[in-house]
Amino acid sequence: MKIKSLILYCLISSIFLFSLVSIWKVLSTLQGIDLENFNFAIILTLGIGISLINLIVGDKFHKAIKSIIFAILFTFVDGYLVQLMPIWYNIGIFGILIFYSFKIDKYNQKNLDLDHSSQTVVFEFLTLFGIVLFSFVILFPFYMMIVTSFKTQAALLINPLDFSINFAQDIKELFKSYFVIFDTYKFGRYILISTFVSVGTVIITLIFAIPAAYAVARLNFFGKNFLSTSILIIYMFPAIVLVIPLYTVFSQLGLRNNVGGLLIVYTATTLPVAIYMLQGYFKSIPKELEEAAIMDKLNWFGIIIKIILPLSIPAISSVALYVFMIAWNEFLFSLMFLDNPNSFTLSRAIQYLSGDAETPRQYLMAGSVVVTIPVLFIFVYFEKYLVSGLTAGSVKG
Amino acid sequence: MSDTLSKIEKRTAYILLLPAVFLVFSIILFPIFANVWISFKEVGLKDIRIPEPRAKKIVKSIIDSSDEIKIIYKLRNSSLILDIRDVKFQDKTPKNVEPLNLDERCQFKSNVINCNFGNWKAKYKENFQIILKNKNGEKINKKEIKSIKPKLSGKSDNILLNTNFTLKNFKKVFFQNEFFDLLMTTFYYTFFGTIGSIVFGILAAQLVNQKFFGRTFMRSILLFPYVGPVVALAYTWELLLDPYSGTLNNLLLNFQVIQEPLNLLGQKYLTINFFGFDLKLRLALTTVIIFEIWRYFPLAFLFILARLQAVPKELYEAADVDGAGPLQKFISITLPQIIAVISILFMIRFIWNFNKFEDIFLLTGGASGTRTLPINVYEQGFTISDIGMGSAVSIVIVLLLLIFMFIYFRLLGRRADEN
Repeated sequence: MKIKSLILYCLISSIFLFSLVSIWKVLSTLQGIDLENFNFAIILTLGIGISLINLIVGDKFHKAIKSIIFAILFTFVDGYLVQLMPIWYNIGIFGILIFYSFKIDKYNQKNLDLDHSSQTVVFEFLTLFGIVLFSFVILFPFYMMIVTSFKTQAALLINPLDFSINFAQDIKELFKSYFVIFDTYKFGRYILISTFVSVGTVIITLIFAIPAAYAVARLNFFGKNFLSTSILIIYMFPAIVLVIPLYTVFSQLGLRNNVGGLLIVYTATTLPVAIYMLQGYFKSIPKELEEAAIMDKLNWFGIIIKIILPLSIPAISSVALYVFMIAWNEFLFSLMFLDNPNSFTLSRAIQYLSGDAETPRQYLMAGSVVVTIPVLFIFVYFEKYLVSGLTAGSVKG
Repeated sequence: MSDTLSKIEKRTAYILLLPAVFLVFSIILFPIFANVWISFKEVGLKDIRIPEPRAKKIVKSIIDSSDEIKIIYKLRNSSLILDIRDVKFQDKTPKNVEPLNLDERCQFKSNVINCNFGNWKAKYKENFQIILKNKNGEKINKKEIKSIKPKLSGKSDNILLNTNFTLKNFKKVFFQNEFFDLLMTTFYYTFFGTIGSIVFGILAAQLVNQKFFGRTFMRSILLFPYVGPVVALAYTWELLLDPYSGTLNNLLLNFQVIQEPLNLLGQKYLTINFFGFDLKLRLALTTVIIFEIWRYFPLAFLFILARLQAVPKELYEAADVDGAGPLQKFISITLPQIIAVISILFMIRFIWNFNKFEDIFLLTGGASGTRTLPINVYEQGFTISDIGMGSAVSIVIVLLLLIFMFIYFRLLGRRADEN
C-alpha cells in the first residue's frame, strides 16, 4: 500500500465528511437549532478513524452492517458533542454517515495500491464534494428567497437564522406577504404588464425575424455576408451605450412611461439573436422541398407559411421561449423608461419597492418569488429546447 | 429567364429583410451614432424637454352684469432655460359673443380670437385678460367657455439639434472623472469575473459529464442562476450578505468563524494580515465579482459540457490502456479539446462583463469601490444629470468594445481557417 495514497485517502475523505456534516449543521441552525461549533478537529479525527477502520476491516463484514456500525458510532459521538438535539438532527447525521460509508466502501488495501490511486481518490472525492457544494451554493439563495417570503418582520428580527416555517398557522398569515404585495403594491397589475410586454415582444420579434432569417438563410442578395456579420456584431453591443440617446429621443417623442416604447426597444434588442438562431435552423431544412413548392407556383410568402413554418416549430418555440425570458427578466430599459408606477413591469416594481428603505424584506422576497417562479418553471419544463438553443445561439446576459 | 429570377430573388430578400433591418437600425445603430453627436454637446437632463408655451384658462363672472364674463389666461414658457419664438395663440368663443377692448396683439374674427405674442424668454410669465360680452345681452354660459381649450404654438431651439459643439465632456471624462481608477475597476471586475466563471464552468462541466444519480436534475439546477431574473437574485444576495440581519454574517458569527460582522457590499477595503504583511483586499468589488461568477458560470458550463460530450470516448479508452491517470487525461485529452470553446467563451464573456450594468447597480449602486464604466454612464447621465458626459463615457466604452471585438473576430476567423 502506497503511503501517499493512504494519507490522501484519509484526509480527503474526512474533509468530505466534515463538509457534509457542516452543511447539515448550517441547515439545522437555520431551523432554529442552537449549534455553535463545527467541531472541526474532532470530526476530522473521527473521519480519519472511520476511513482507516474501513481499510483495515476490508471485506470481512457486509457493507450494510459496516455502514450501520459506523453511522451509529458517529451519531453517538456527535450527539454527545452537541447534546440535546431533536431527533431529526441525529437522523440526518445518521443518514449522512450511511451515505459516506457506502462511498468509502469501495476503497480497500488493494485499491490504493494501483497506479495513480492517489489522483483517483482526489478526483472522486472532488467530484462528490463538487456536486454537494455546487447544489448548496446555487440553491441556497433560492431557498432563502422562498423562506423569507413566508416569515414575519418580527420573527426575522428576533432570530435572522431561524428559517423554519410555521405551517400550523392560518393560511392567511402564512401567505401574508403575498396578499400584501397583491393588495397594497398592485403586483397583479405588474404581472399583467410584464406578461403583456413579454408576450408582445415574442410575437413582434417572430413576425420580424422569420422573414429576415429566411432571407439570410436561403436567398442570394447583395450584402448578404456583410449582414450576417453585422447581426453578430450588433448582438454583442450592450444596452448601456444605447440608453442615453434612446432616453432623449423617447422623452421628446413622448414614448417614455409607455409600454409601447418598451415593446419597440425589446423587439429591436432581441431581433439579432432571434434571426441568428432561426437562420441556422432554416439552413438545415432540405432545399428540395422549396424547389417543389416553386414548381407549384407558390410565392415566397407561401413558402414561408406552408413549408418553413410547419417544419421549424421546435426552433421557433425555442426562440419564442428565449425572447420571452429575456423580455421578462429585462431590467435596464424598464428602469430608464418607466417612472410612473402605473406602467411598471415586475422587475421595475421590485426595484421601486426596494428603493423605499421602510419596505419589509419579506415583501421584497415575495415579489422576487413572483418574478422568478414563471421563468424557472418555463425553463425546467422546456429545458430540452432551451439548452440546445442556448449553445447554438448563446443568449446574451 | 434566370436573370429575372435572380432579380426577383433579390427584391424579395430586401422586402423580407427591410422591417427587421429598419427596426434594428433605428433602435440600436442610430443611438450609437447619436451618442457621438451628444457627447460633443453640453446637454443636461433638463434640457431634453422641448419648451412649450402653456396657458391656463380661468373664467370669472362679473358681478352685476351677467352678459359679460372675464377670462384670465395664465401664460408661461414651460422651459426655464430656452426661449420660444413666434408664439401663436388661438381660442374660440361661443356664438353671439365678442371681446371688449381686445389687446392690440390680438384679432377677433368669426368667433375665434387669434393672438401673436411674439417672443417669450425663458421663465416668461403673463396674466392675459379678455372680457367677453354677449351681443344680445343674454347670460353667457360659463361652463361652455371653460370647456374650450386654447391652442398655443411656438418655435424653439432644440438644444440637441443645434451645431454648438464642445470638447468639454471628453476633457472631463479623462481628467476629472478618476478615469484611470474607473478603468482599473472595470478591468478587475471583467477579468476576474470572466476567469472565475470559466474555471467554475469547467469544474461543473467535468462533474456533470460523469454518470451519477440525478445528473439531469443537477444540470437544470446549475442553470438556475443564469435564467433567473437579475432583480430577484441581486436583492436575495443583498439580504443574504447584509452585515446585521443577513444570514451569512449571522451564520459565520454563530459558528465563530468571524468575530465581527463583515459589510461585504459596503466596505471598500478589507485588510488581511498575511504572514506579517498587511494585504488590502477590495472587499465590495470581490463580493460583486463572486456574484458575477455565481450568475454567469452556467453559460460557460453549458458550452463546455456540450463540447465535452462530443469528445470521442476512444481517446479516453486509449489513455486508460496507456496507463494515464485522471490528471494526465484531463491535461492531455480534455483540455486541448475544450481550449477552443474556452477562448471563444473568454471573449464573449469578457465583452459582456465589460458592459454589465444591472448586477453592480442593484448590489451596490456603484458605491464602495465598485464603480465601473457602465455604472459611470448611468451616474453621469441620470444622477448628475449631465447627458453629454454620459454619452462621452458611452463613446469610450464603444471604442474599447470595438477593440475587443476586433480581437474576437480575428480569433474566430483564425479558428474557422484551422477547421
